[in-house]
Amino acid sequence: MSKKQVVTATINGREETFLCEPRQTLLEVLRDVLRMTGTKEGCSNGNCGACTVMLNGRPVDSCLVLAVECENAELETVEGLAAGDQLTPVQNAFLEGAALQCGVCTPGFLVSATALLRENPEPTEHDVRWYLAGNLCRCTGYDKIVRAVLDAAERRRNAETV
Amino acid sequence: MATAQTSTPPSPKYKVIGTRPVRHDGIDKVTGRASYGADVQLSGTLSGWIVRSPHAHARIVSIDTSAAEAVPGVRAVVTNADLPEVTDDIEDLGEGAVSISDLNANVLARNKALYRGHAVAGVAADTVHIAEEAAALIRVEYEPLPPVLDVREAMHEDAPLLHDDLLTKEFGETITQQPSNVAARFFYEQGELEKAFDEAALVIEREFRTATVHQGYIEPHSSTAMWNADGHLTVWTCTQGSFAVRQQLSDLLDIPQTYIKVIPTEIGGGFGGKISVYLEPVAALLSRKTGRPVKLTMSRADVFEATGPTPATYMRVKLGVDKEGRIVAGDAYLAYEAGAFPGSPINPGCMCVFACYDIPNARVEGYDVCTTKPRTNAYRAPGSTSAAFATETVVDEICRELEIDPIEFRLNNAAREGTRRVDGVTYPRIGMWETVDAIKASEHWNSPIKKEPPPVLHATGNGSAARLAYGRGLASGFWFNAGLKSSLSATVNADGKVSLVEGSTDIGGTRTSIAMQLAETLGIPAEDINPLVADTDSVGYNDVTGGSRVTHTTGMAAYEAGMMIRGRMIQGAAAIWNVDEGDLQYEEGGVAGPEGKRMTFGELAAKLSQTGEPLSVTATVSAPSAGGAFGTHLVDVAVDIDTGKVDVLRYTAAQDVGTAIHPSYVEGQIQGGVAQGVGWALNEEYFYDETGRMRNATYLDYRMPTCLDLPMIDCLLVEVPNPNHPYGVRGVGEVPIVPPPAAIAAAVYDATGVRLYSLPMSPATVVKKLTQQGGAAAGSSE
Repeated sequence: MSKKQVVTATINGREETFLCEPRQTLLEVLRDVLRMTGTKEGCSNGNCGACTVMLNGRPVDSCLVLAVECENAELETVEGLAAGDQLTPVQNAFLEGAALQCGVCTPGFLVSATALLRENPEPTEHDVRWYLAGNLCRCTGYDKIVRAVLDAAERRRNAETV
Repeated sequence: MATAQTSTPPSPKYKVIGTRPVRHDGIDKVTGRASYGADVQLSGTLSGWIVRSPHAHARIVSIDTSAAEAVPGVRAVVTNADLPEVTDDIEDLGEGAVSISDLNANVLARNKALYRGHAVAGVAADTVHIAEEAAALIRVEYEPLPPVLDVREAMHEDAPLLHDDLLTKEFGETITQQPSNVAARFFYEQGELEKAFDEAALVIEREFRTATVHQGYIEPHSSTAMWNADGHLTVWTCTQGSFAVRQQLSDLLDIPQTYIKVIPTEIGGGFGGKISVYLEPVAALLSRKTGRPVKLTMSRADVFEATGPTPATYMRVKLGVDKEGRIVAGDAYLAYEAGAFPGSPINPGCMCVFACYDIPNARVEGYDVCTTKPRTNAYRAPGSTSAAFATETVVDEICRELEIDPIEFRLNNAAREGTRRVDGVTYPRIGMWETVDAIKASEHWNSPIKKEPPPVLHATGNGSAARLAYGRGLASGFWFNAGLKSSLSATVNADGKVSLVEGSTDIGGTRTSIAMQLAETLGIPAEDINPLVADTDSVGYNDVTGGSRVTHTTGMAAYEAGMMIRGRMIQGAAAIWNVDEGDLQYEEGGVAGPEGKRMTFGELAAKLSQTGEPLSVTATVSAPSAGGAFGTHLVDVAVDIDTGKVDVLRYTAAQDVGTAIHPSYVEGQIQGGVAQGVGWALNEEYFYDETGRMRNATYLDYRMPTCLDLPMIDCLLVEVPNPNHPYGVRGVGEVPIVPPPAAIAAAVYDATGVRLYSLPMSPATVVKKLTQQGGAAAGSSE
């Protein structure tokens, strides 16, 4: 087994230093080393999007990123979306729009949707469906998720911040 | 933006029911704080790995674990030999019975591996990587046997046998002497079938096939077990039924239920697939051997290959109608694959196949057949979706042949109160007719198909080039809905709020739908109820979260608890005011008495907390039936003539929901069921090679619908209250998966003139049929 390596990255605005084996994915390190279990594992091969996090501002499947690649990276996970008890418009829209059932895909959707709205503050329904097609949900049929993201865009325009 | 959702406004009868509060567990689930199966991490936990059979069918000659046990960091290895011997008891788990002997051989293979992925051994080690490496060192000697991968071939007398001792049973009686792969036969009939077919004006009979499909829940199974030195076992697991897990573990491990505590974590989807145990007993054995907590988590491939998908089927359905289009006779033959062990949902399939219609002369014959595939399990309305695909397709052909409007046909033939179903049940008040009538009145039905290329084609730049045919289809479906047992307790706190402890695991917002019924009963806001899903030691017995039963039956228990609290508050108020209890009423969230006396729930809660006994109640309910549910769906599709790809353009689902407690989550159930039904119809299937290996055990290749594949799904909530529930609740979760395949098949026919009799209607299948037919013969809408 290879020696563990020291990696320093900014996670949700805080500098963190952790030890990891070269073969460990970012997902595994987040969940098993840093104990940040908000990011979920659904398939571990980049098909379901449940493990989506932001890496240097871009949404990525953290199961496809090796943790050692994250030296000096800026990471943002579902745990970092809300500021204290202040939920973001995306989170509020999901809650009020009943856009989750079991909730296990929700962290990935929230991160992807947040990335979408930062890139494109006024998406159409089709823009939302195109951008979120890498996130699988098996409970909702996506109807309320798509509506919630459109609603979140509206809320952002009406002055709530992402 | 798609069309607005259409829902009935909240009934003026209710203050809480029919509103849409934020769910109680919502914040935890949008901040990543909710703890699911794999999120459990106890101090000193070991990680496990399962060794799985690479063969679809093989005798296990020997297992040598010595090399694995010698790896540094490996703490224990277990095989079936570590499980106690079991008697062949049958346990009813609420959504189907299970033989404990079969379950024993499924969780760790006993003498034979019966499907690829069948668990053979378990390893516990310091890290999951060590466990994985050690697992590769376990030497299993297999004697490969021929796989059995098709239900009809499995029924052939020359087929290789999965079980040397399997005799066919019919309603509990053994009816064969020779072992076979046929585990059970079911048979129902009523009326004079042959005579009715002879006199029918039109008879159509067709054959159907459907592929194995999976529930596809996003969270893989994960369980952690801690077997204490005192013989007490604690298990953290993502399950639809903590008590069902306790029961199975007690039977498999031969320890009293009382010594087992099952702590249900949040559960990332189940749809029937998280009732049976897989990892729990193996984790428990590994924990007993090591004295430490052991956690086992499946990979996605494990979930596909080694949990409980729903069966592939072969079906024949024959219907006869008179010249007015009234169904006079129906005959069905259904053979469902059970997978490795008996127990497919063939019996519900038999009961559902004609359930939407009043068919006076009918016969249904069904077979439960073992094949070398994973042991099947419940999947949302188990058995009903494939059966409806067959019946509804024949119905659509009859409508075409007789030139009868499919809505009018269904209105004329709909099962109603008093209709006798083929299995002998006479319906109480049901809403089949009403769902058809709701579609008839819908804006969707009364508008032409919008013939525009689906957005996904635009996005890929193929929109203008594609040759598209457009069509519309309609289908109905039925599901029973279970009742079963629930318990909960409720405690009134001095601050006027209520702590609600329940045992129904919450997959889709049931904490809230139960809390809302208690709030309604007490006349207080839903937010004043604080619901908690407790472990098996902390609440009375609850059957599984399945059968669309929780909002119905656990909701009934909440109502009972609420009525007890009201009674206690009246007693308390009578003592405070020194008046007769008979002079007091509970109304408007408080107790009212003579001379305008009144105390609110909050005032009474504060006063009663200082005097007398604590105000805490326990309610238990055993509900016989949740009142069957019906749905009728309407779909518009575009078929790409050159590629065979079918896109859903517009979808409307009408469903009898009894009373919608939280309409958003009722719609959510319908929309989710429709999405799964669309996947079943168009893409999803297990691809097996000739060796019995599933070749598409990833989400990339087992293609479930993404949000780009679907339009908005409009819901018409038809409310025909269930007379047997205090708030009229029926189950809503399962029936919406039933109509989509048949509705889409009818729409594809409408678009192209091509009739499909097998699922999935994948591009390859559709384009092949189109080619055979010499291009797209224009359907009515072209």
